[in-house]
Amino acid sequence: MNDPRLFGRRDFFTLAGGGLVILVGLRPEDALAVLVKEVPSPEDFNAFLIVQADGRVRVMSGKIEMGQGVMTSQAQLVAEELGVALGAIDLVLGDTDVCPWDRGTFGSLSTRMFGPVLRAAAARARVELFALASARLGVPPTSLVVHEGLVQVVDDPDAHVTYGELSKGARLTRVVGEAGVLHAAADFQVMGRSPARLDARDKVTGAAKYAADVRRPGLLHARVLRPPMHGSKRSKLVTSAARALPGVLVVELPDLVAVLHANPEGAAAALERLSVEWTQPEATLDPENIGEHLQASATGEKTVVERGSLATGRAASAKSFFETFRKGYVAHAAIEPHAALAELVHGVMTVWASTQTPFPTRDRIALAVGLAAQKVRVITPFLGGGFGGKSADEQAIEAARLAQKVGRPVQVAWTRAEEFFFDHFDPASVVTVTAGLDAQGLMSVWDARIIAAGDRGSTPFYAVPNVLVRSSGGTAYGEAAAGASLHPFAVGPWRGPGANMNVFASESMVDLMASATGVDPVAFRLKNLTDERMKRVVQAAAKAFGWTPAVAPSRRGVGVACSIDAGSYVATMAEVKVDAATGHVAVLRLVCAIDLGVVVNPEGARQQVEGGLSMGLGYALFEELRFRGGAVLDRNFDSYRLPCFSHVPHLETVFVKNDALAPQGAGEPPITTTGAVIANAIFDATGARLTRLPMTAERVKQAMAREAR
Amino acid sequence: MKHALQFTLNGQPLTLEVDDERMLLWVLRTELGLTDTKYGCGEAHCGACTVLVDGKALRSCRAPMRAVDGKVVVTIEGLAPPGRLDPLQQAFIDHSAVQCGYCTPGMLLTAKALLTETLTPTRALIAARLERNLCRCGAHQRIVDAVEAASKTGSLP
Repeated sequence: MNDPRLFGRRDFFTLAGGGLVILVGLRPEDALAVLVKEVPSPEDFNAFLIVQADGRVRVMSGKIEMGQGVMTSQAQLVAEELGVALGAIDLVLGDTDVCPWDRGTFGSLSTRMFGPVLRAAAARARVELFALASARLGVPPTSLVVHEGLVQVVDDPDAHVTYGELSKGARLTRVVGEAGVLHAAADFQVMGRSPARLDARDKVTGAAKYAADVRRPGLLHARVLRPPMHGSKRSKLVTSAARALPGVLVVELPDLVAVLHANPEGAAAALERLSVEWTQPEATLDPENIGEHLQASATGEKTVVERGSLATGRAASAKSFFETFRKGYVAHAAIEPHAALAELVHGVMTVWASTQTPFPTRDRIALAVGLAAQKVRVITPFLGGGFGGKSADEQAIEAARLAQKVGRPVQVAWTRAEEFFFDHFDPASVVTVTAGLDAQGLMSVWDARIIAAGDRGSTPFYAVPNVLVRSSGGTAYGEAAAGASLHPFAVGPWRGPGANMNVFASESMVDLMASATGVDPVAFRLKNLTDERMKRVVQAAAKAFGWTPAVAPSRRGVGVACSIDAGSYVATMAEVKVDAATGHVAVLRLVCAIDLGVVVNPEGARQQVEGGLSMGLGYALFEELRFRGGAVLDRNFDSYRLPCFSHVPHLETVFVKNDALAPQGAGEPPITTTGAVIANAIFDATGARLTRLPMTAERVKQAMAREAR
Repeated sequence: MKHALQFTLNGQPLTLEVDDERMLLWVLRTELGLTDTKYGCGEAHCGACTVLVDGKALRSCRAPMRAVDGKVVVTIEGLAPPGRLDPLQQAFIDHSAVQCGYCTPGMLLTAKALLTETLTPTRALIAARLERNLCRCGAHQRIVDAVEAASKTGSLP
C-alpha cells in the first residue's frame, strides 16, 4: 500500500489562510523533515489546529461524529488547554484532504488515544501565543493569563491582546512533540463540564447532513444487483427490460451490476426489471447448529493469557465448575444505512461517505478506481450511528466505481435489506470455562476456551493464580486469520467486540461459583479481587443500587457483573422481573458504576453509558440473526427487533472519581456487562442459569423448566 | 399517474406535478430537496421518515403522494419558524436526547403529534407513543425526559 506520508502535496498556509498553525507529530523529527522540503501535508501529523486572525480556532481531526459526542468533547479539550470559549472552535472532522491521518473511529479510542494529542496541540499553541503576547506586551509569559482568547497581564488588566490580533498576518508554523503542560483536573474551566452538545441544534432542526443527504448536479441514484445469498454465483443476466425504461442507465461490470436513475424509485423499478439466475450454494448452517460448527471447525488457537499451572490449580480446587456459553450473530442495525456519493471532477474523486474509517476507505477507493490516494478525497458528514459497522464501506467503493464509469455523480444508499445482508455481524461464538475454588472459597484455577470471540474482555481480573485462556476461530473484529471461512457471511467489530460475550461467560461463571458456595455475589467478587480500582467500582455500584447481601437465587431478581474494557472499570447492577408463565424478562433497573479516569464531559459520558446499557438489552434478551447458510433471513425491523422504549428501564450512572488517570473509554465498557448482569439477575429471580445469548423468553422458560426438574 | 397535487409544505402552499403513487419520502428528498426527512427502513417499521400531515404523525416512506393532496405537511425543518426552536427541540437539546441524530426528526414529530393531542401526557404514554420509533444509540430515557419537559413548557405561540 502507498505510504501516505510520502505524498505531501498541500500547503498549510493555503489551507489555513494565514494564522498560527500548530502541528503535533508523535514523531516530530519526521514532520520537521517534511517541512524543510516545503511540502507539508496533514498526513504527516497527528493533530493540528489553526488560530485564525478573527480569533476563531479551526481544529482538524480525523475522527468522525457518529453520535458518541466527540465533536463536543474534542472541542472541550482544545478550549480548555488553549483558553478560548467553546463557541470559538470550529471542528473539521473526517475530511481526508484537510485532517490529519487517522486509522478510524472505533474501540473507544478517540478520547483515550487521540485526546492527549489534541490537548497537547492546544497546550503548545497556548505557549506559542503567550510567547508572541510576551513580545507584544513587553512582559514575561509567566505574567500573562488568558480567558476566552484575551491575553492579559496579571497586574495590569489594561495591557491585553487577543489571540486573533496575535495571529493576524502571522505565517507561523510550529511543530511540536506530544509533550505539553496540561491543565490539572482541579483547574479545569471547560473540561469536566457538560455544555450542550455542539451538534444538537443542527440535529433537532434537520440541518445536520448525512451522506445520503448530499446533492450534486446531475446526480444519479444507483441500485446494485445483489445475490439472494452469500456464496451465490450469477449464471444468467438479461438487462434489456431495465434498459428500456426511460432515464435508466445500466452498468455491467464482472463484479458490479447496477442500474441508475435520477430518483431512487426509478432505480428501484429498473432493478426489478433485471432478469437474473443464480446458483444456490448448499445451506447447512443455522442458528441452532452454528455453535457445534464453530467448535468443530475453528482453528488457529492462540494463548491469550497463561499464569501458574492448570494442574496446580486443579489440585488446589475443592470444588470444580464447568459451563459452555453460546451466542448468535447480532446486527449493527444503525438507523442510517450505509450511503455514499461519489463525484469525479478533473481526475479527483470526491466521496461523501458514512464511514468510521475515512482514511482507510480513501485508500481502498483509490485502489478500486486506479487513482493515487492523493487524488481521492473522502468527506465524512454526520454518521447516523456506527457501532463498528461502518468500517468496511463497500458502498463508498461501489459509488466511486459507478461514478467513474458513468461520468456523473452517483449515490449508493443501501436499503435496509442490503444493510442486513452486507452487515459485518457480531460473530456467533462459544466460550467454555472450567474453574475451581479452594477450600477457602478463593478462585484457584481458570481455564477458558474461546471460539470466535477473540480475546477482548477475557483476561480474568480476579486474583486467580492459575490461568489459561485460549482463543481460536479468529477475532470478533472480522480479521481474516482463522475466522474468515468459519462464518457463513462477514463478521466484524460490534460495540465492545468479543467482550460482550467474554464478559457474559466469565461473569456468569463467577456468579455460578458464588451461588454454589453459598456466598453473596458481591461479597464473592470482593473476596476474590485484589485490584483496588475494581473493588472501588463494585462498592460504588452496590451503594448506588442499595445492594443488600443474599445468596442467589434470592428470588429478588438482582444481579451484578464487572468488566475492564477500553481502559475503564465497570460494575453494573440490575433488577429484573421474570414472568414465570412466559419466560419474558422485564429489566426494571440498571445502575452502572464506572471509573473512566478524568471525565471530559459528564453528560456526554453519561449518554454513552446509558446508550451502551440500552443497546445491550438487545443482544442480552432478543437480538439474534436468523439465517440459513449464506441466506440472511432478517431483512428489516419487522423480524429483527431492536430495544424499544418499553424495554429500557430506569438507568443510573455513577462516576467513580479518578482524576489522576487520563480520560478512558466510555462508549463500549458499559455494554460489555449488560448480558452478564441480566443473566445473573435472571438466575437470582428464578434459579435458572441462562448460558445462551440472547436470553429469549422461550429460552428462559426452557431453563426454568429444566431447573424445576 | 401524474397529477397536479396541491398541499402546504412547511407553511408554503405548493402545487406539484407528480406521480401520485410515488412515496412522499422520496419526493421530499429528491424533487423538493428536503433531506431532513430520513430513510431508515422503507417499510414503516422505524419511524425515521415521520412527518406531520394535518398534525398527525405519518410515515412518509409508505405514504403515497395522493395521501397529502389538499393537506398540511410539516417536516422537521418546518417545526419552528427559521431561527427559532419548538419547545420540544429545545428540550431535546437541554436533555441531550440526541446522539447520532438520525432518528431525531421522526422522534420530534411523533412527539409533536402526541403533544398536539394531549397537553400533559404521562411518561408511560410518551413511551408508548414512541415505541415504534427506533433509536439505536440508546437515547430512549432522555427522549422521554425531553418530551415530558416540553409538555410542561407548552407549545410555541
